[in-house]
Amino acid sequence: MEMPKTIIEKIWEQHVVHHEEGKPDLLYIDLHLVHEVTSPQAFEGLRLNGRKVRRPDRTFATMDHNVPTIHRHVIKDQISKTQMDTLQKNCEEFNVPLADIHHPDQGIVHVIGPELGLTQPGKTIVCGDSHTSTHGAFGALAFGIGTSEVEHVLATQTIWQARPKTLNVKVNGKLGTGVTAKDLILAIIGKFGVKFGTGYVLEYTGEAIQSLSMEGRMTICNMSIEAGARAGLISPDDTTVEFLRGKRHAPQGEDFEKAAQKWKSLATDDGATYDATVEIDADEIEPQVTWGTNPGMCIPVSGNVPDPTQAKSDSEKSEIRRALEYMGLEAGQPIAAVKIDHVFIGSCTNSRLADLKKAATIISGQKVNPAVTAIVVPGSHSVKVAAEKEGLDIIFKEAGFEWRDAGCSACLGMNDDIIPDGERCASTSNRNFEGRQGAGARTHLVSPEMAAAAAIEGKFVDIRKFSVPTPN
Amino acid sequence: MEPIRKHEGLVYPLNRSNIDTDQIIPKQFLKRISRQGFGEFLFYNWRFDSKGEPRSDFSLNFPKYNGTSILVAGDNFGCGSSREHAPWALQDYGFRVIIASSFADIFYNNCTKNGILPVQLTEDQISELIDQAEAKSYTITVDLENKRVYDNHNFDASFDLPNYQREMLLNGWDEIAVTLTHKNKIDKFEEEREFS
Repeated sequence: MEMPKTIIEKIWEQHVVHHEEGKPDLLYIDLHLVHEVTSPQAFEGLRLNGRKVRRPDRTFATMDHNVPTIHRHVIKDQISKTQMDTLQKNCEEFNVPLADIHHPDQGIVHVIGPELGLTQPGKTIVCGDSHTSTHGAFGALAFGIGTSEVEHVLATQTIWQARPKTLNVKVNGKLGTGVTAKDLILAIIGKFGVKFGTGYVLEYTGEAIQSLSMEGRMTICNMSIEAGARAGLISPDDTTVEFLRGKRHAPQGEDFEKAAQKWKSLATDDGATYDATVEIDADEIEPQVTWGTNPGMCIPVSGNVPDPTQAKSDSEKSEIRRALEYMGLEAGQPIAAVKIDHVFIGSCTNSRLADLKKAATIISGQKVNPAVTAIVVPGSHSVKVAAEKEGLDIIFKEAGFEWRDAGCSACLGMNDDIIPDGERCASTSNRNFEGRQGAGARTHLVSPEMAAAAAIEGKFVDIRKFSVPTPN
Repeated sequence: MEPIRKHEGLVYPLNRSNIDTDQIIPKQFLKRISRQGFGEFLFYNWRFDSKGEPRSDFSLNFPKYNGTSILVAGDNFGCGSSREHAPWALQDYGFRVIIASSFADIFYNNCTKNGILPVQLTEDQISELIDQAEAKSYTITVDLENKRVYDNHNFDASFDLPNYQREMLLNGWDEIAVTLTHKNKIDKFEEEREFS
């Protein structure tokens, strides 16, 4: 009998083009997603060396990082415009399909891949973006790469990769009411640190993971990189299959049923072993808020900001001190007392229709606190259209939120959506690094529900105690 | 890319952990479409104030580190975004070697594709290098052929890195050209998969 295998090993073995002892494997790439920021130098490299894109049909490009979310047809920033124009020209020259700023498929690359059914179980997927791990939610092996590797994949449809170690992130029990996938992944990173996944591919397993929707699974896998893991995935099951049914690039009809069988057979075998395992109990997790300058610096909403004098080591002490100073927080202060200036609902972590619906439920019939500027940025043009069909835009706008066009937006502020110096933002994105949302901006990562409630109250509130008004 | 075999240079100590690529080069500088000229934006928000004036309290601005080419930092260096602009900025500023107690995976890879040598040493060895470089003008030699880091006195440490990356760095190979020597295998792989 064959040895039981993890999904990671199965996908890996199906993609090895060349293996030599003591070297990385040459791995075939099924899908290469491309955006405007990390690709220009790669296409230029191809041009300089007279090389072509080997498989334009396995490559898909969009514009997301730079795009304005208001008046998107007028791009004031000429450098941004040049970068987008460059992608347009490169895609024309190299025959790469592109969902540009005017295209109905445009959106954040990690939102549109799944939405179009390009993302499928068992695929190897790369993109010049660290949040490519998102696609792992479908049981794909998906990871971020640098621009030199983008060029390499464009030219060869392969990449040199050392076989990764495998790590089982086992989530026992169930998440409590009001506790979301975002809280779970923050709690995991908070507990095990921002580098526990370095050198590993993570597989998330356990009851709490299996009961998550695909949107929740994407939120989890998206933040694998914040734990240091280039890739994190979840074995495909019926939830995965049903999400993909009918998606444009997914197999159709009988082919779909065949594919579904094949996908489910990729799931990790009973008895397969991992190089390492960590465990966490879902029922102990509360809604989380980050207080510091990396995603591991998070606490339950009922908690207090850490005190550096309680730190375990000198380096931890100085790290906490630096973070408190940057964040303008006092050691020991309750996080729920912290007043906020901005709310950002969006990003490849939490900008899908399900996320927007949950946020809309919280704010329905209420008003954004006068001290708060709140924006909603749908993850894709399709999400925007679908949300408008359900009237979510009206709910947000009536509450005082700005309803924007799709893009990466204030997650990293490469467009005009920047949080000003010293101001504080409750954000559904993935990184609270110094300056991430703008030089001097202070980011607190939370779930869409927590962000919505914070917009109403002007400070962090425990969503489990927040009274949601009954709809009319 | 330019090969790197042995490099002697002035050490710049940056005693922090989890230095993410957003700090190495902030997002507002990622809009260029060339690989050149990112050095002036290296550690921008730490090096410059809101008016664009150099901050006198950030050590890279200290005259004693002028001409540095070896950066020594703490744990998990280069975490976060996959932006290759980070190694481009480090290289353009003049860094050829980054020494840290651990590196983020994508950043590590990106360095080796650009002729920057990432060297992993123990926390104690890092502390020693940082202490020396904070106290005085401190020069060390990094020898990739023999996988050694040493100074003119007592410091002598060995390091490891995967042989593949070592060969690439030593020879400055164009990786795509290397891969294309396996073109037949890629063709065959595609044929078998698509017609099976």
